[in-house]
Amino acid sequence: MSFNIFEKDFWSITEELNSLIKSANVKAAMLIDKAGQVITSSGDTETFDLSSFATLSAADFAATSQLASIIGEKEFAHLYHQGEKENIYITIVGDRVILAVVFDKRTTLGMVRIKIKQVVGRLERIFEDIFTKIGTQPKEERITDEFTKEAEEELDKLFG
Amino acid sequence: MALINYASREINSKIVYYGPGLGGKTTNIKFIYTKLNPSIKGKLISLATELDRTLFFDFLPVDIGTIRGFKTRFHLYTVPGQVFYNASRKLILKGVDGIVFVADSQIERFDDNIESLENLKDNLKTYNLSLREIPLVFQYNKRDLPNITQVAELNKVLNPLNIYPFFESVATQGVGVFDTLKEVCKMVLKKLST
Repeated sequence: MSFNIFEKDFWSITEELNSLIKSANVKAAMLIDKAGQVITSSGDTETFDLSSFATLSAADFAATSQLASIIGEKEFAHLYHQGEKENIYITIVGDRVILAVVFDKRTTLGMVRIKIKQVVGRLERIFEDIFTKIGTQPKEERITDEFTKEAEEELDKLFG
Repeated sequence: MALINYASREINSKIVYYGPGLGGKTTNIKFIYTKLNPSIKGKLISLATELDRTLFFDFLPVDIGTIRGFKTRFHLYTVPGQVFYNASRKLILKGVDGIVFVADSQIERFDDNIESLENLKDNLKTYNLSLREIPLVFQYNKRDLPNITQVAELNKVLNPLNIYPFFESVATQGVGVFDTLKEVCKMVLKKLST
């Protein structure tokens, strides 16, 4: 089974992130699945390693959730890391996706929180729809045997 | 669970190296990192203790290129092998698409391999998964050492029905490392198309 994102949903999600960037004046926003894979990102993500960022955000969230359960909480739904210049805010969307935002002194934590709260509600509705579609995608959109064959050839080439 | 993004044309899959502590999981990933062309690999992240034991995980993204319009990427993770880091191991298994079980061939580590495999089964259960559902490859590591268990013996215990592929390896020298990786990647891709 795989988690599939199709064109229409992808653009709706990206649009939400774009609007968050503008309204909260944040530097970058990323949606990451709980396994640590980037679903989409918006803003200035060129200046850092996006794959590593996603993996570590997911790990951070997962580890902190375990900490929460140790003291009898379900999870800590909001994480905030404060740096000298840059800050990170991480929150959960629905219960399968993580929203991470990078911001600096051009905005405030309060503003970021308010705007994130608004966008999370809308994102949750989009993801609910995506997850109900899992396993029901049209046949023509599925990964084909030809894809697998070509990928295998590429693996043989790269890994010897 | 692999992430297939039809809009940005990307496929990401997660492969986890599992096995007992000091068995060679991180050595596998480090060897892969040193040998791959910089254009297809990302940064290697190691969350390790001061003594270089894996604390949380190692992570290496490998990009095999664009296949039929899809940018295809594997995310390689290792888990900490030491028994008391089970909470971390469980977290890393979240969303796993393929597993490499790195067994330590040394006779004195025989029981540790069994214990680690049992632990893997238990941890998968927390995600409602069983070994049968996840592509799995065994790697019998440290074959260059003098005091080792025969492969047939390891297979009899770890892979009794002989349904999973297995490779002998010397991860410190890279022997068997890419054969193992290639096999698990192929199995993951095959599963995506079914």
